[in-house]
Amino acid sequence: MAKSYDGSGILRGMGVTLKRFIDTYFDDIKWWGKRYYTKEGISHRSSAETRGIFTVQYPEEKLPVPEEFRFTPFLVYDIDENGEQHDRCTSCGICSKVCPPQCIWIVRTNDPKTGRPVPEPAEFYIDVDICMNCGLCAEFCPFDAIKMDHDYELAVYNRQEKNIYNKERLSKPVTYYANIRPANYARETTARAEAAAAKAAKKSAG
Amino acid sequence: MTEQVAVIEDELVQQFSDAVVPDSRKGYSGYMVTAEHLIEVATYIRDVMGYDYLSSVTAVDYLPEDKMEVVYHAFKSTGGPALVFKVPVPRENSTVPSLISIYPGVDLQERETWDLLGVRFEGHPDLRRVLLWEGFDGHPLRKDWREPYYEDEGKPFRTRWPEGNAHRIETKNPFGQNVNYPAGFDPDTWIPDGDAALYASLHRFSQNTETEIKTESLVVNMGPQHPSTHGVFRYVVEVEGETIRSLKPVMGYLHRNHEKIGERNTFLQNIPFTDRLDYLSSMSNNFGYVLGVEKLMGVKPPERADYLRVIMAELTRISNHIFAIGMFLNDLGAYFTPALYAIEERELILDIFEAVSGSRMMCNYYRFGGVSRDLPEGTYEKIRKLVFERLPRRIDELDLYLTHNEVIRSRTEGVGVLTPQQAIAYSTCGPVLRASGVPYDIRRADPYSIYDRFDFDVAVFYHGDSYDRYLIRIEEIRQSLRILQQAVRDLPGGPVQEGKPQYQVRVPAGEAYGRVEGPKGELGYYIVANGKPNPWRYHVRAPSYINLTAFETMCVGNKIADTVAILGSIDIVLGELDR
Repeated sequence: MAKSYDGSGILRGMGVTLKRFIDTYFDDIKWWGKRYYTKEGISHRSSAETRGIFTVQYPEEKLPVPEEFRFTPFLVYDIDENGEQHDRCTSCGICSKVCPPQCIWIVRTNDPKTGRPVPEPAEFYIDVDICMNCGLCAEFCPFDAIKMDHDYELAVYNRQEKNIYNKERLSKPVTYYANIRPANYARETTARAEAAAAKAAKKSAG
Repeated sequence: MTEQVAVIEDELVQQFSDAVVPDSRKGYSGYMVTAEHLIEVATYIRDVMGYDYLSSVTAVDYLPEDKMEVVYHAFKSTGGPALVFKVPVPRENSTVPSLISIYPGVDLQERETWDLLGVRFEGHPDLRRVLLWEGFDGHPLRKDWREPYYEDEGKPFRTRWPEGNAHRIETKNPFGQNVNYPAGFDPDTWIPDGDAALYASLHRFSQNTETEIKTESLVVNMGPQHPSTHGVFRYVVEVEGETIRSLKPVMGYLHRNHEKIGERNTFLQNIPFTDRLDYLSSMSNNFGYVLGVEKLMGVKPPERADYLRVIMAELTRISNHIFAIGMFLNDLGAYFTPALYAIEERELILDIFEAVSGSRMMCNYYRFGGVSRDLPEGTYEKIRKLVFERLPRRIDELDLYLTHNEVIRSRTEGVGVLTPQQAIAYSTCGPVLRASGVPYDIRRADPYSIYDRFDFDVAVFYHGDSYDRYLIRIEEIRQSLRILQQAVRDLPGGPVQEGKPQYQVRVPAGEAYGRVEGPKGELGYYIVANGKPNPWRYHVRAPSYINLTAFETMCVGNKIADTVAILGSIDIVLGELDR
């Protein structure tokens, strides 16, 4: 290969750097005052159309997370018309069986009289130090009771004391879930309503 | 095809009627070769039958039958399916002859098999532990070996449900009391002699070189804490002046025995663990594993899932290559400006992964018989915009920015040359192999999934130097974009999962080798199932690890500063290398 070291390659490369440098100002001027610390600005900066500065000034600015984003799991509870909380979890144990690092611990409730299992968890623990955020628990829960959270700021000073979450720490209302994952929530609600209707139809037919 | 296989079978069995028998167990394939005749048979397989590329070496501990089996997967560098041959050995004092004289690429793999499974390879010149240290007791992938935080033979553990009162394993099984050392080993008084053996292995080479002027050579340790090694990787170089005479890679600083964890896991639980191998290309890692298990299960994903898999795998290749180029430039001293230009594009790809799978890097997206979920609303448009508009433009810009740069060229042209013969012999794969003039791409050589439907060229360059290993990544990104444009255009509708998603999949007994052309090369998963919920053997053929076998050959004769550039051009990831 003939080597031609005339410096033209470097110059062309520097042309690219210069272009990108100018582009930075171009976008800043076009979006004057709106490019930073605004919602539209942030989503424009991280979109395919952006030309200038790409970075987001965390924690002052935060990237919006997509609906499917998953961090640690939480438990969903329903609230009935009397304002009482009802766990969706039936302590069937599928999530703790499917969990790859085995960080989910469940104590099943037993009826004190008969000794038979009652479909609600007495205790529910997740060791978030061990959780690998894979989302398999939420994917395979048949009762839509465990879901993946969007809250990713979990830093604590003392992990030994704080990072095994108990049921109280894990439980969040269904409204919170509907808020962070609207499309999933709508799909699941429809599916459950259909299943209930089909069951009722079958019952009345049978 | 069947006829062809039958003919080959006849050939090998007829030729060595006393040494070779077909493996007739249900779910298994290939041949059983006796240890005494292994060298003879392997020579025949390479020279007469043309299987010149030995891709994978590993072993399986069949504890109930009280035997070990060393498993070899050989391929033709012109393409086609594998020839699998196995050597049964007793569990006590397992010894087989080393194939290093026939396939030099087995070097690191045989050391790994010795280290993790305790199979001795007679005739290997440097059979030391490679991933573990000298104070390690036993061989961890043997089935009767238990890890320090041992809980049970297989997951799910019974303590978790229904009486799951949470505790941390380290409180019940405290570290220090759960570790065994080899007989006569005291960690407090131990003085590392491992390095003496390491340095001796260097001198072995240098003593062969005769020089007219007597000079003294110097041993230089690069890493493990060195910014150019992309993680905790170390290599020891023996230099004379600045010229490298001998080099040895040292690894295992990030070792976590991924394969043992994998054998404790159920089949499904392994998918998120594969994300953590090559953490820059988790989608491809999922792909290979899922293909391997699907071979055993005999399921096929629906059309749409096949397309989504290809789209994600190719996006992964682009994001990996673009990152590799950026980091390569870092290694050359262009500190972070090119890297950040590259990371911008990778960022947009990761945004897509996040929207689709829920996580930017630990995607956990593929499932047996499909993918975990369909594209959410708006994502298709995003992908379209990226592969048709932004990425082609940006790759051209990157090309213009770097390719003709005189500094890059003078640092990389003719540096770290690997000839095609060496590249095949050392079992290198992926961009390293193809930059040396061997047009071997598994997507073409042994097509999997639906790659046979797409129109693309196998990128190949012929100088085998670091510059070509840079060029080939640019070219592969362009080819990936071609595949993506076709896949995005043709993406059919329909379900993305075959049947109902199950958390306990039934995997019939047998063996399978699933391999994909990952961004770094051939990523293979050798899986042995015995009908139980956990894999009996789970082996990862890691491209980063095996590409390093050729590292010394690339470096010898170059200057010490070039090792950094050469290592950067191989593109290693320590998560996969150390497993």
